[in-house]
Amino acid sequence: MENFDFVEMKVPAKPEYVGVVRLSISGIANRMGFSYEEIEDLKVAISEAMTNATTHAYKKSEEGDVTVGFGIYENRLEVMVADHGGSFNLSNVKEGIGPYHQSESIENLREGGFGLFLIEALMDKVEIKNDYGVIVLMTKYLYANEVGLDDDQISTTQ
Amino acid sequence: MNINLDVEVVEEDQTITLTLRGEIDAYTAPKLKDALLPLTKKPGAEVIVDLEQINYMDSTGLGVFISALKSTKEYDSELKLIQLQDRVRRLFEITSLDSIITIESTVRGGN
Repeated sequence: MENFDFVEMKVPAKPEYVGVVRLSISGIANRMGFSYEEIEDLKVAISEAMTNATTHAYKKSEEGDVTVGFGIYENRLEVMVADHGGSFNLSNVKEGIGPYHQSESIENLREGGFGLFLIEALMDKVEIKNDYGVIVLMTKYLYANEVGLDDDQISTTQ
Repeated sequence: MNINLDVEVVEEDQTITLTLRGEIDAYTAPKLKDALLPLTKKPGAEVIVDLEQINYMDSTGLGVFISALKSTKEYDSELKLIQLQDRVRRLFEITSLDSIITIESTVRGGN
């Protein structure tokens, strides 16, 4: 089986913790060797997933946690964001995903519809499971590093 | 590093400049909305939002600017975003919102 490190965090489902999780992914991605641009993409993607989890999941009851998992592989970072609130309506969220179109009138423009669209635009692979609560699983590959791997190995002291 | 948001408002006749510092996300977006929306409800006002010191923004920020834009149409005011960092500008481009929101076109770092 492929070797990987796994980091798990459990935070309260409150907007205060979106920024905290964003700082965590920034640290992990930096250590893995992602570029500045890629780290910024990861920060937006995980924040969007966290925002969904904190605003949709626990509407009825205030209590709740979001579990975030980072699968750190040699060639990719897998990020999992899971809420167990169960009240998140995936089909509602999926409706109206996409960029703004000129034909739409500004009055009808949605104010909260770009989150999932941005996740899909910024990550390489996105899966959403809606069995018990919602789990967003997203992957970003370390493309740049695959190219430079040989260079790195030369300078590595054994 | 500042993961919070500071908002500073300067009013000069009909021109209102909102200078933002920090990050716009699910936690800080309501603060921005509370500061920005009332300003757009003054007929004839030109509301300028300076984003030079915003180093992070996500869809929650886009949502606030969409609300503000709608409000300007309703109250006959204007909204303009200036000095966007490349990353922030990119979000408006990916979502095509740059076609309806007035964004200063000069590239940041030119001065």
